[in-house]
Amino acid sequence: MSNEWPLWEVFIRGQHGLSHRHVGSLHAPDADMAIKNARDVYTRRNEGVSIWVVEARHIAATAPGEKGPLFEPSESKVYRHPTFFDIPDEVGHM
Amino acid sequence: MYAQMIKTARSGVKTRDEMTDQERAFQDKIDNDIKIEPRDWMPDDYRATLIRQIGQHAHSEVVGQLPEGNWITRAPTLERKAILLAKVQDEAGHGLYLYSAAETLGESRDELVRLLHEGRMKYSSIFNYPTLNWADIGAVGWLVDGAAIVNQVALQRTSYGPYSRAMIKICKEESFHARQGYHAIMKMAFGSPEQKRQAQDAVNRLWFPAIMMFGPNDSESTHSEQSMAWKIKVKSNDELRQQFVDQTIPQIEYLGLDLPDPGIRWNEERGHYDFSDPDWSEFFDVIKGNGPCNVDRMTARRKAWDDGEWVRDGLLAHAQKKSARTAAE
Repeated sequence: MSNEWPLWEVFIRGQHGLSHRHVGSLHAPDADMAIKNARDVYTRRNEGVSIWVVEARHIAATAPGEKGPLFEPSESKVYRHPTFFDIPDEVGHM
Repeated sequence: MYAQMIKTARSGVKTRDEMTDQERAFQDKIDNDIKIEPRDWMPDDYRATLIRQIGQHAHSEVVGQLPEGNWITRAPTLERKAILLAKVQDEAGHGLYLYSAAETLGESRDELVRLLHEGRMKYSSIFNYPTLNWADIGAVGWLVDGAAIVNQVALQRTSYGPYSRAMIKICKEESFHARQGYHAIMKMAFGSPEQKRQAQDAVNRLWFPAIMMFGPNDSESTHSEQSMAWKIKVKSNDELRQQFVDQTIPQIEYLGLDLPDPGIRWNEERGHYDFSDPDWSEFFDVIKGNGPCNVDRMTARRKAWDDGEWVRDGLLAHAQKKSARTAAE
């Protein structure tokens, strides 16, 4: 029987007020150790000011095979982009 | 390189006509530089080859800590000691990034470690050479990490997303390794005659093992074709080796050291340096397990794993007890 530590996904927020971003994963016995290890592995050079860890088994994800139908609705709605609309130059910056 | 002599399971690259629709769609993605991601469909041999290559690369990072760790307690100054410690810690991190990438292919880290410890997986031949004097530590950072950078910069473009991302992260940290090494050996080369002698000795001993890191000559490299077609490998062994030689020779000359190979000379026509072939029988011998330090390295790895078992089990038991208690409340 395997005594392997569970896998955690690590998310870090950098210095400049951006969202937490996935940076990698690691094994740890619990959340406290996962955070400590994440500090040592993923922030050795000032990469972050905040760490989230989530046990990998808790992450639900889209299936690659469904990519087409899943994202199709957004592909057919070009009017959601501001450049869809021609605004005369005289109107000025908008 | 850090991954040498990786066998692809199948011999020969399939033509488009021989491929199934699924295989053709997969090859199209690769040809269009679209990254393959963990849950995408991939041929079994692509997966198996990647696991072998990434696993061997990960093992190399971890085993690579041993020759340098050897000098942490004997570094000449506190600053050099702190720098070396930071570098060795980076190598552990690099191992982790790579094991993580391999895990996305469905092979657990513990399983890869087990295969290494049972002698069924390999690590780079370079780490089976001893680090005999302090100048070796400089030479390892400069030459060994320097060679690794040449390979890993190319591998940033590898087709498998998690491997490529691990390479990008590693390359960012790796240039610290090369520069601290060169800085250390500069001190030796510009120091007393005895220090200079040690620097020369380190370069003489590590030169050929360093250029062997790229693996056999292309003419002998039987496994490359499929890996190149799948962009698991991006440049050939000889291309990478030439690139490393070309960038390194001026660096040796700057140190005022003698070139470690009498065959080195600038070839105006090719626009590259010529150099002698290493003794490939030595390379194959080291790969087979008969290098100067193979036994030491594997003994140290197994001991670290076995000695750490109670810590791993204890922490897991503690975590399980704590979560059971929380659940009961």
